[in-house]
Amino acid sequence: MDNTPLIEIKNISKQYKGATFLSLDAINLQINKGEVYGLLGPNGAGKTTLISILCGLIKPTSGEVLISGKSFKTSAKEIQKAIGVVPQEYALYPKLTAKENLLYFGSMFGMTKSKLKPIVLSHLDQLGLLPFADKKIKTFSGGMKRRVNLIAGILHNPELLFLDEPTVGVDVQSKQAITKKLKELNKTGTTIIYTSHHLREAQDLCSLVGIIDSGKIIAENTPSKLISETNDARNLEDVFIELTGRELRDYA
Amino acid sequence: MHRFLASIKKEFLLLLRDPGGLIILFIMPIVLVVAITLIQDATFKSISSNSIEILLVDKDNGKLSQEIQKSFSEIEFLEPISKIDSVPLTEEKASLLVASGDYQLAVVIPEGLSDGLQKQIDKNITKILEEFEGSVDSLKVEDVQEKLSGKVVKLYFDPITQETFRSSVIFAVDKLVASIETKSIYEAFEKELGESESLKSFNRDNFVKYEQINPSLSGESILPNSVQHNIPAWTLFAIFFMILPLSLNLVHEKGQGTFVRLQTTPINYSTIIGGKAFLFLLVSLLQFTLILLLGIYVFPKLGLPVLDLGDNLGLLYLVALSSGLAAIGLGILLGTVFNSHEQAAPFGAVLVVLLAAIGGVWVPVFAMPDTMQLIAKISPMNWGLEAFYDCFLRKGSLIDILPEIGLLIGFFISTIVIAILYYEKKKAV
Repeated sequence: MDNTPLIEIKNISKQYKGATFLSLDAINLQINKGEVYGLLGPNGAGKTTLISILCGLIKPTSGEVLISGKSFKTSAKEIQKAIGVVPQEYALYPKLTAKENLLYFGSMFGMTKSKLKPIVLSHLDQLGLLPFADKKIKTFSGGMKRRVNLIAGILHNPELLFLDEPTVGVDVQSKQAITKKLKELNKTGTTIIYTSHHLREAQDLCSLVGIIDSGKIIAENTPSKLISETNDARNLEDVFIELTGRELRDYA
Repeated sequence: MHRFLASIKKEFLLLLRDPGGLIILFIMPIVLVVAITLIQDATFKSISSNSIEILLVDKDNGKLSQEIQKSFSEIEFLEPISKIDSVPLTEEKASLLVASGDYQLAVVIPEGLSDGLQKQIDKNITKILEEFEGSVDSLKVEDVQEKLSGKVVKLYFDPITQETFRSSVIFAVDKLVASIETKSIYEAFEKELGESESLKSFNRDNFVKYEQINPSLSGESILPNSVQHNIPAWTLFAIFFMILPLSLNLVHEKGQGTFVRLQTTPINYSTIIGGKAFLFLLVSLLQFTLILLLGIYVFPKLGLPVLDLGDNLGLLYLVALSSGLAAIGLGILLGTVFNSHEQAAPFGAVLVVLLAAIGGVWVPVFAMPDTMQLIAKISPMNWGLEAFYDCFLRKGSLIDILPEIGLLIGFFISTIVIAILYYEKKKAV
């Protein structure tokens, strides 16, 4: 891990049209190359809004985001080539096979079929999906869809990978396969920004954790330091409850 | 280019695996064109094989009523019925049968019509001849006119019959009676003036005759028929109906998360919509080809006139292409603006029907009120229809259809630009 900043978030605020509150409130953050950064927070804290801004899906109301020193305002295409996104939804075409989906999404990064095909088959093999490469996505289980969803985000070997709750609703085996793959990717130099409600998983996976609540980063450190600095905390879940409280966070 | 081709392939596979979408795009238009053309075919035929049964109540039983019956039976699209179950019809019975909807028309010939008419003619001729001779018996003429007053041929119409049908029947009966009256006048003159051979040779043919001519822009004569009218109108309807599956395709894309993934890749919105636009353009041209083949090879087997393509096939495809582009632009705009199936499906369906209605697909624009005629001019379906009619019925050239083609392509460009601007603006929310 080096100390070169890959992501610089400078005083980012976001207020959605018609909203009376800030979804993100003057956030400043720096994420270095090689990190696995866990962005944790209760529902409605602003995790998805922050990830969406970092991916260029929405624009901030104020502030600036730089990725590798570049801004979406001036270098959107360059940034998009360097990032991979794994959305929370199964962002796949149910009527296409796993292979057809992956070949299509890979081609959106300008990769030719001849270059893409071995990469697709290799990833499918690594995640135990090769026998199902020619099956339609609509026939897949939730865990299988999650694994294909992950592959679709890493086909172009991105420098920076965003994952929004990549293991939600999957079985233990699929979860382990996904976390194993993420660790391998990180070892080969991919910086990972990751949101999750699975705090044990985050504790195991992340090199750095930021806890966000009501649009503000309220704590940031390595999982071990966050645990040690919090009274009576045995794990990241204790830290999380201590910082964000026990009250329910329903919102509409 | 590589991304664009991949998008087209993806859209092609998705369409191929969507039986419902294929039915909407290919089977429904064919069913629509065949059904509408078969239904409307009779209205375009000058002599139809489909005869309408009319009830004839003869209270006159004279020469005039016999002539009317004979003339009615000579009209191929009318089949007069004067007896039911071998019992002569009465006015009450005929009225009841029409009121119940079993028959659409009953003609009641009043009692003494032949006699009265003959007397009137005789007296009028006598008066004319006496005027020549210098003595007029005005009292006798007035007497005949008095006797004839109140002799009315009654026409009972089924309430569901349209005004055009009623007018046509009244016109036909009126013409028939006038022709019989003229014949009787000639006969009366012959009788009064003697049996000389020179008088027997009165020319009783109509002096004024009518010839229907359908002028074309190329000077070539064209025979309008149900196929020539319906193929352009309903093909256009089918092409514009593509708005629905196309907008829903975009809405589904947004709904299933793939759109979010695509937004994070280094492609423009134009690449996302470009693949869809290209595939649906091919679909519109394929729809058009299928309908043309239907008109040429299948319609004659159904007893319909064969579709005459003329020598403007290239122009026809140019109109289909431009109309397809206009429909695609509108479909993409709706798919960009709407976020749910519930919004896009009913709006899209109603919009297509509305555009068809104001565009002149159902009722010709010239028959619309002035305000609607103006509104029709801003309907892209009207531009397409006018261009198709220029090719199919007026045998126009490229110059003739260029204004409509320009409008359709301009409409496509405008809607796509609006869709892209809307998409960019929405990202800033």
